Amino acid sequence: MSDHSKSSPLKMYFSVWAALLLGTFITYKAAYIELGRFNAAVALIIATVKALLVALFFMHIKGAHEKLLKLVVISTVFFLFILLFLSMADYGTRSWS
Amino acid sequence: MSDSTLIGLHHQEEHHPELLHHFAEAQQQRDAASLGMWIFLGTEVMFFGGLFCAYLIYRRAYFGDFGAASKSINATLGATNTAVLICSSLTVVLAVWAAQTARRSLLLISLVITMLLGLVFLGIKADEYKDKFEEHHVPGASFSFDHVPIPGHPDQYANPRHAEIFFALYFIMTGLHALHMIIGLGLFAWLLFMAWKGHFTPEYHTPIEIGGLYWHFVDIVWIYLFPLLYLIDRHP
Repeated sequence: MSDHSKSSPLKMYFSVWAALLLGTFITYKAAYIELGRFNAAVALIIATVKALLVALFFMHIKGAHEKLLKLVVISTVFFLFILLFLSMADYGTRSWS
Repeated sequence: MSDSTLIGLHHQEEHHPELLHHFAEAQQQRDAASLGMWIFLGTEVMFFGGLFCAYLIYRRAYFGDFGAASKSINATLGATNTAVLICSSLTVVLAVWAAQTARRSLLLISLVITMLLGLVFLGIKADEYKDKFEEHHVPGASFSFDHVPIPGHPDQYANPRHAEIFFALYFIMTGLHALHMIIGLGLFAWLLFMAWKGHFTPEYHTPIEIGGLYWHFVDIVWIYLFPLLYLIDRHP
């Protein structure tokens, strides 16, 4: 932690902020372009990149020295994946009969 | 234990008044606080995750109806609110940085701007809700969504019952998000009061850090809510 505090992180914070605003602008504009089924994919990929930027740089997961914290974050994502993926695997394969 | 051993134990390190006796050092106390916050945020992810799961199931089942209902929401207001929240996340990291580097006025200004941006967000949200009430798009007895064409199928009308499910999810998800914003404003009012009293130092500013984690989490939820609720089937 003391290594990081020597150089000011302000430049990084403002770059992430600019990237997040740019991502919002691109999502907004891309939604009005006909991309077929890829509209949802583009929107969700941009949203995930934005969420990662916030989590890694604003919430300081990047550079976190605490291993337990990383375990908690990874388990959260893992259980969310089980919730969403297994539910959709169920509902997505129900039209067989 | 005699008095001399107690003094000996406490003498090992200069005790900060905020360092609780069951922690060995300030760093350990900070790590414990932030770990606890992350576990809480994990439960929040699962809480909102259930709603996102419900959304995905119904979006799949009533694809066109959801598209028609989503088109009736004002996407420009949603995009503006996304930008407002992103700016508030920036002022939150500035507040944390200001606390770390003992910049008192920057800390106070950042906290005030964060709260103002939070209020702007809620104001825009209230305007959006007002539109929905006036258009009778609030699920319930006066709900009406008749003769609204499905995007891509101008000859078909959306099923109002299915559109009602979209609006129910819209109000529950954005409403719970707004409730989190209101709680966040309460937390930040308290942080502002403590900061104004000079409670935070570069050695002790854990409340600013974990309050910031909460605010960023609420921002991340909105980052997903915005495309899923406002931007589906916008293209002509």
